[in-house]
Amino acid sequence: MSDLHKLTIADARDKLRAKEITSVELTQSCLDAIDAADALGAYVHKTPDLAIAAATAADARIAAGDAPDMCGIPLGIKDLFCTQGVDSQAASGILKGFKPEYESTVSQKLKDAGTVMLGKLNMDEFAMGSSNETSVYGDAVNPWKVDERNLTPGGSSGGSASAVAADLCLAATGTDTGGSIRQPAAFTGIVGIKPTYGRCSRWGIVAFASSLDQAGPMTKSVLDAAIMLETMCGHDPKDSTSADIAVPNFEAMLTGDIRGKKIGIPKEYRMDGMPAEIETLWQSGTEMLRDAGAEIVDISLPHTKYALPAYYVIAPAEASSNLARYDGVRFGLRATLGAGDGITEMYEKTRAEGFGPEVQRRVMIGTYVLSAGFYDAYYNRARRVRTLIKKDFEDVFAAGVDAILTPATPSAAFGLGEMTDADPVQMYLNDVFTVTVNLAGLPGISVPAGLDAQGLPLGLQLIGRPWEEGDLLNTAYALEQSAGFVAKPNKWW
Amino acid sequence: MSIDTATAAKVAKLARIKVEEDALPALAQEFNTILGFIEQLNEVDVEGVEPMTSVTPQRLKRRVDEVTDGSQQDKVLKNAPDAREGFFVVPKVVE
Repeated sequence: MSDLHKLTIADARDKLRAKEITSVELTQSCLDAIDAADALGAYVHKTPDLAIAAATAADARIAAGDAPDMCGIPLGIKDLFCTQGVDSQAASGILKGFKPEYESTVSQKLKDAGTVMLGKLNMDEFAMGSSNETSVYGDAVNPWKVDERNLTPGGSSGGSASAVAADLCLAATGTDTGGSIRQPAAFTGIVGIKPTYGRCSRWGIVAFASSLDQAGPMTKSVLDAAIMLETMCGHDPKDSTSADIAVPNFEAMLTGDIRGKKIGIPKEYRMDGMPAEIETLWQSGTEMLRDAGAEIVDISLPHTKYALPAYYVIAPAEASSNLARYDGVRFGLRATLGAGDGITEMYEKTRAEGFGPEVQRRVMIGTYVLSAGFYDAYYNRARRVRTLIKKDFEDVFAAGVDAILTPATPSAAFGLGEMTDADPVQMYLNDVFTVTVNLAGLPGISVPAGLDAQGLPLGLQLIGRPWEEGDLLNTAYALEQSAGFVAKPNKWW
Repeated sequence: MSIDTATAAKVAKLARIKVEEDALPALAQEFNTILGFIEQLNEVDVEGVEPMTSVTPQRLKRRVDEVTDGSQQDKVLKNAPDAREGFFVVPKVVE
């Protein structure tokens, strides 16, 4: 087996351009690696024939001299993206057998740029989860391992994180509603960016919470994130919330020069009971940015504490509405009906059989907070708190802060199954540092910054101003260079 | 505020998810845990604060009101669990 699958996007692009390698060779190397990694549960639908065909076309395009940066790059695509003619289940039983007749805008943009889809990646069902344990396909597994336990790659984009960290693709798409790109990126030692709400079209991505969902790249480096994000962004008439704002050349903005930038350190992110290692990592990240010439300022985001409770009203409310479409009529599963069962029984049995426990729980919580008599007390109150959370950030940015540095997660990756007996709220706490960013619609990036005492990766999060992903990526680039994180998981699979 | 099994059953009905009778007490308990967590929002002074409707200040784009898509009956029905003669098929809804 060749080692081409271990390349970054940037290196592979240069080698493809220089005719040192072909996309078919690169793709085959990934496909071989994928077939040897079933133990990771990362790929849930493999598409090797489509991949080789796309790679062949990409090679022709490169030979003709008409190739965008991403041409010939093999990618994994999260199962949440609708891909034409290829199973797209959102890791749910209710979409079993669903093969869309259309392609999501983001995956279409990647296709148009000449990328190669290797297959669909595991995730939490409907992106609801923080450990990839709610998937109908079974768990995705973290390639990082320090004892006999299998660890979670995080969630919901757990398969994407696992695939990138284990070199089963050069990069992958993820989506992030409350931290689903950044938390798994941190758990697996890779880079993941959630852009500003509206940067990427949501069209064709199975909806969870429409006011929070955003797609983004999960990559092996900040440079790769810049290259891939540019391809994924842009206005789409099919998503009324996608922004008609020019997409800059993010790669060209990576100078590594952050002298004079003002970096805020929010005191509310210093949580009680936070492991000392996370605190130390955060401190050292702060020093790195200071040494690179940034000005460090203490800031306050007073409503931080209320972000998770607000999220767990707003996200389930939107989910209960979005998931109403799974009714056993138009696509996916229909439960077997008994004699005399009418249409209501069809709905109820189909949804009970097709949705897993976490999805059922959130749909019902959403139904409750939107129901007559509770709408104002829960849903409207949560939306008011959301306004205040956003204002916290606006105030800080108005005071001249360019980016905010926080831990990405409250811990390193935990063992699969370890949270089974905990109440649902314990799992929700994984997103405590990331969820504010979705509520405020801001761009956020997770950068691998070190290993804990056990040898597991830890990430730091940078939060940027709206629409300033280029500046954010540049700060992340400076942090990446200072942190010098090069560790890779030892291959055990 | 506490959700009893009757309320849990009502919510399940509204959500059109069949929940067996014996699963209702555990479900009610889970709802109470989550809603207990959400209760923290009552500490926040939201007097005079507008509920957020759009996270980015933007005007929705307008376009000419005209047909831009359609005539794809086969594709629309392709993934249906049961489709016949150009229609989705469901159990009888009218007597």
